[in-house]
Amino acid sequence: MRSTVVKPKLLQNLIMPEEINLPDTMGHFGRFGGKFVPETIMPALEELEKAYLEARNDPAFQAELDYYLKEYVGRPSVLYYAERLTKKFGGAKIYLKREDLNHTGAHKINNTIGQILLAKRMGKKRIIAETGAGQHGVATATAAAMFGIECDVYMGEEDMRRQALNVFRMKLLGTRVIPVTSGSKTLKDATNEAFRDWMASVRYTHYILGSVVGPHPYPMMVRNFQTVIGKEVKSQIMEKENRLPDYLIACVGGGSNSMGLFHPFIEDREVRMIGVEAGGLGPEIGQHASTLTSGKIGVLHGSASYVLQDDDGQTLPVHSISAGLDYPGVGPEHSYLKDIGRAEYVSITDVEAVNAFQECARLEGIIPALEASHAIAYTMKFAPTLSSDKLIVICLSGSGDKDSFEVAKKLGYTI
Amino acid sequence: MNRIDKKFQELKNKKKPAFIPFITAGDPDLQTTKALILEFEKRGADIIELGIPFSDPIADGPIIQASYYRALVKGMKVAQILDMVAKLRNESEIPIVSMVSYSTVFKGGCQAFIEKACKAGLDGLTIPDLPVEENNEIFQVAKEKDFKIVCFIAPTTTDQRKILITQKSQGFLYYISVVGITGVRDKIPEDVLQNIKSLKQITDTPISVGFGVSTPDHAKMIGKAADGVIVGSAIIREVEKYTNEPLEKLVEKVGAFVGELVLGAKG
Repeated sequence: MRSTVVKPKLLQNLIMPEEINLPDTMGHFGRFGGKFVPETIMPALEELEKAYLEARNDPAFQAELDYYLKEYVGRPSVLYYAERLTKKFGGAKIYLKREDLNHTGAHKINNTIGQILLAKRMGKKRIIAETGAGQHGVATATAAAMFGIECDVYMGEEDMRRQALNVFRMKLLGTRVIPVTSGSKTLKDATNEAFRDWMASVRYTHYILGSVVGPHPYPMMVRNFQTVIGKEVKSQIMEKENRLPDYLIACVGGGSNSMGLFHPFIEDREVRMIGVEAGGLGPEIGQHASTLTSGKIGVLHGSASYVLQDDDGQTLPVHSISAGLDYPGVGPEHSYLKDIGRAEYVSITDVEAVNAFQECARLEGIIPALEASHAIAYTMKFAPTLSSDKLIVICLSGSGDKDSFEVAKKLGYTI
Repeated sequence: MNRIDKKFQELKNKKKPAFIPFITAGDPDLQTTKALILEFEKRGADIIELGIPFSDPIADGPIIQASYYRALVKGMKVAQILDMVAKLRNESEIPIVSMVSYSTVFKGGCQAFIEKACKAGLDGLTIPDLPVEENNEIFQVAKEKDFKIVCFIAPTTTDQRKILITQKSQGFLYYISVVGITGVRDKIPEDVLQNIKSLKQITDTPISVGFGVSTPDHAKMIGKAADGVIVGSAIIREVEKYTNEPLEKLVEKVGAFVGELVLGAKG
């Protein structure tokens, strides 16, 4: 008798409807998430959570947020059919969600507008933020300028060098950029410094964390502010194709643009979600930032998640050509989605990303951020394996203008 | 009885506060750390707070960060620190509580970490990034072994949280004197004494005060009101100052400073 192969039932078919309601009241997504911070800032997190939950249910707050997203950020951002990318690499039909067209050139402003409205509501007089590539720093500085609130941004010295243009933009916007010289002088260390500042200034300062990382309620709150991406995609693709996409592809550093795209589709089981991490120079320790694909569960910056750490819980060095992906942790909800099999995570090297950066520029006349170039690079490999009736949506999370100097250097040009 | 409980009992009878110096394990090396602990004991320190270096300490200022960094670049591992404590236990019964990041405790598992710490001869842990809401598992494990988990109260802590924390903290309570990170400061905030007083109304657990306590005068002021005085950054700064000197000289110099702090604290 011929044996029949019994296919294991996909975990993703077993997700209960309540999965969409995570985190729990302490910020847990299964074994991930939580609040692991010093007591000094615990009361501030409680205050923030309370204020956020009230605001979320307040139609006036939502109306104000919608107003600024439309009139100031320029939403909705377009969902663009990338015909030439599709022709060259399809298989599947490729759409780009153009978050690079937002004011300030990236998705980060969706969150900073939301949080600054919240800070105003809480009566906080000062804003602080951390930044890696500088996109979150610029988005925070922009919102702070528009609302007339004092703003300090922590940025690693190494990132300040790589992203000198964004440093200058922040200064123009009236923000003080504070160089961080500790540790690896990148995003992780800027985040440490922002937390340390907040330890001392918590009574009058709101910390605008830029990704779906950190202690509760940040992963939930930042996600919710970013879901505007996925919600728009859903209605836009219905309008264009009259059906949901087959694949959502986005880059993952901390994971805010990808979570913003993925989350509104969590219950649409037929939509597969693929997060693309920074594979850097290769799989050796210190050469990449592929937290989900090669990290293990640990605690960093206030939550439990996949982390690149040694066996004592010390953070390992990471590398990516993209300052926005150069981070040893990841949002706890991504870890959760990985564990339950609802999302998949892959990695793309520096070289592949720079190649995609150029392909996208030449084929579509769009210069993507190096972060988003990781998502495009994976799509370039993946789309050809699919049939032409499949649909892919890539989150083009930001513009590559900021990366021009770094890529030019890599390609041997002097500007 | 746990060494920490025993010590506070003893001091209560003498009506003296505990003096608790903090040092980083492995800065500049473990041999010096061991020698410093023995020296501090000789100089009248009551309990040692032994910092386990961590790569990303968000509650710590530049002095302790740099000290952790110096230890870590030399490859300091938790297992080596526990080995040193185990060896020290042949020579000393001074209570030792380790300050350790939850990242480190969590990595190998709470149960395994506490078992190893107990076996080595540590008496308790302070875990600055583990709030009471998240520490049920570790409390369970620690309680079974009469191992102390010392919890923090900050000036920002709400009354509701104070009750929760005082009910949980074992061995003593760590009151953070300032809204901010660890570091050397010129002045102790004025509200500290009042805050200790009001805490004493809701708990019998000994209260030790740290963060910013930097001079013998500070120690004296805190020692009059609290059950324990914790000095960290000011001592680490001394260690740093003599880090290139021979071990004997470093120990003598840092020991002398701790001696002054002890005198201050105990009036």
